[in-house]
Amino acid sequence: MIELVSTERCTECNICVQVCPMNVFDRVAGAAPVVARQNDCQTCFMCELYCPEDALYVSPHTTGIEPVDEHALADVLGSYRRAIGWSKPARHLRGNDRSYQLLPPA
Amino acid sequence: MAGDFDTDVLVLGGGPAGTWAALTAASGGARVVLADKGFCGSSGATAAAGTGVWYVPPDPAKRQAAMDSRDTLGGHLADPAWMARVLDRTWHGVNEIAAWGYPFPLDQDGAPRRNSLQGPEYMRLMRRRVKGAGVRIMDQAPALELLVDEHGAVAGAAGVYRQKDAAWTGRAKAVVIATGGCAFLSNGLGCNVLTGDGYLMAAEVGAEFSGMEFSNAYAIAPAFASVTKTLFYNWATFTAPSGAAIPGASSKGGRSVIARWLQRGAVYAQIDKADGATQATMRVAQPNFFLPFDRAGIDPFTQRFPVTLRLEGTVRGTGGLRIIDESCATSVPGLYAAGDAATRELICGGFTGGGSHNAAWAMSSGHWAGRGAADHARASGPVTRRAVHRSGGAALVGGGGFAMDPQALVRVVQSQVFPYETNYFRTGDRLEKALTVLDDHWHEARRASPAARSEASKAREAVAMLATARWMYRSALARSETRGMHRRLDHTGTDPTQRHAFASGGLDKVWVRPLPPVERAEQGLAA
Ligand SMILES: Cc1cc2nc3c(=O)[nH]c(=O)nc-3n(C[C@H](O)[C@H](O)[C@H](O)COP(=O)(O)OP(=O)(O)OC[C@H]3O[C@@H](n4cnc5c(N)ncnc54)[C@H](O)[C@@H]3O)c2cc1C
Ligand code: SF4
Ligand code: SF4
Repeated sequence: MIELVSTERCTECNICVQVCPMNVFDRVAGAAPVVARQNDCQTCFMCELYCPEDALYVSPHTTGIEPVDEHALADVLGSYRRAIGWSKPARHLRGNDRSYQLLPPA
Repeated sequence: MAGDFDTDVLVLGGGPAGTWAALTAASGGARVVLADKGFCGSSGATAAAGTGVWYVPPDPAKRQAAMDSRDTLGGHLADPAWMARVLDRTWHGVNEIAAWGYPFPLDQDGAPRRNSLQGPEYMRLMRRRVKGAGVRIMDQAPALELLVDEHGAVAGAAGVYRQKDAAWTGRAKAVVIATGGCAFLSNGLGCNVLTGDGYLMAAEVGAEFSGMEFSNAYAIAPAFASVTKTLFYNWATFTAPSGAAIPGASSKGGRSVIARWLQRGAVYAQIDKADGATQATMRVAQPNFFLPFDRAGIDPFTQRFPVTLRLEGTVRGTGGLRIIDESCATSVPGLYAAGDAATRELICGGFTGGGSHNAAWAMSSGHWAGRGAADHARASGPVTRRAVHRSGGAALVGGGGFAMDPQALVRVVQSQVFPYETNYFRTGDRLEKALTVLDDHWHEARRASPAARSEASKAREAVAMLATARWMYRSALARSETRGMHRRLDHTGTDPTQRHAFASGGLDKVWVRPLPPVERAEQGLAA
């Protein structure tokens, strides 16, 4: 479940509010969005991909609230976005899908 | 009213099926609106998960082999003509995606490889194309019910904006239901938006289903996580708590063994059959598979981890709205269905469409439904405003007297559809018992007072799941044999006289009836 909106990193663009399929976030005027309905989070990681500031952290656990330490997560924030080539230095990974080597041949 | 609009084609759902429908309808000149419960681009099973695609070159031998590959698993229910059509349309569709700039990889020989679509990339591209085609997209705008005219033809839909205290009403000459399947809020990857909403809306205007007994797909996932990506479990060993390998357990062909063991206790997996090179390939092929492990500090190649089976219902099952012709029309005029909202029996029979077929179906049926809806809209001409009325029932209208508790209702439905002993391994007795509970709750839900606007979407999800469970189990009861993923412990054999589909439908009274068998040429796909 979503566990962190980093107020240090967040620029209040509200993209996460728009893209979350489960409508988990609420906008806050003049501040970072809040996780308003954590129990609705489906652990899909999509908000992380769309956050331009790598300000979000989704814990892999589908249940149970677990407080996280933002600074301990420095390497994890943005890691999924990098892995699919959606952050600038990792652009080359976009076309790097090697599934064809693993899928049964057509 | 501010939330009112008028259009030619209204598409409900913005996954692959809905975006393909919107694109095709718009390219034919229709005015198109697409409404999604979540966000078109990030919402639905494909966006979060990604898909292998049934992309087979137009070489007759290869196409035939592709058609034969799941025929036996599917219980010989698929229709060869539909399979050929879908293979052909998918070939074109994927090549179009490539032309639009999707970054398909090249192999060592420099040849493009196009049998896999990364979900986020694919659906971001589809959103861009849909917008570029002039379609109006409404995000965070779940549809709740359909509008019908005085003849019973579908004439639009109504819903709410989740992030504002506001409702919308859209008149349309044709509607495409592309709201995905029903996975019963089981926390599978990207699947909690898929609660059977479109099934309920369609049933309320009299649409029929087909294949609802094939709705018990269960996917392997780490017990703690949502990631129901199953391909890499082909390289796994499954073990009991003692560490001993479980005989016969495997992702393919041995999943029921895993279910049996899970009934008794924990089951563990380790992806221990992948060599170093394969491991490296896996990492770049499916980054999302590794998210739970990396974040929980588990090395899935060297450490074992507990697994579970999450119910994916009709998402990786094959039941859905019955299609009556090549335009993906349903049995109700003005209403079309595509993707997981529609039955995939036509190409999968009774075996899962996951892994390749579903993605091909979403793309193809979306294309056809969009065209069918646009043609229907054009044929209706410049209509003067029809008198229309709302068709929604449970949770939207009702006697009142008491308020429905959607969360409690969801738990009731889950208690009847999750247990392996009821849904994976079926018997007439247990299905009857479950149906008694579900039917009672349905009638109670019908008597509850209408949900407040802010609660309406959740209340409708709960009753849609309830209704879906009833079509599913009534159909499962009717099919007194074992075929495809439908497994009856009291009828373990396959009955040659039941080599046909079952239609179902109805709300207060659920009905099931056999459909005529598919005509098959004796060569090729003869059973
Ligand atoms: C983990 C996983 C892996 C998979 N892998 C494969 C694979 O490798 N190959 C393959 O072929 N298939 C695979 N599948 C299946 C495939 O993802 C689906 O068949 C496909 O996504 C269906 O597309 P769709 O557009 O019908 O539905 P979805 O992609 O699920 O989209 C449905 C959309 O409808 C919206 N919606 C729902 N209710 C409403 C409402 N009331 N109003 C408005 N909008 C609504 C949702 O928000 C969502 O955006 C996989 C599925 C999962 C879960
Ligand atoms: S997307 Fe990221 S930067 Fe934008 S509001 Fe959300 S957390 Fe902040
Ligand atoms: S993980 Fe998915 S459901 Fe949860 S907050 Fe992020 S986008 Fe929303």
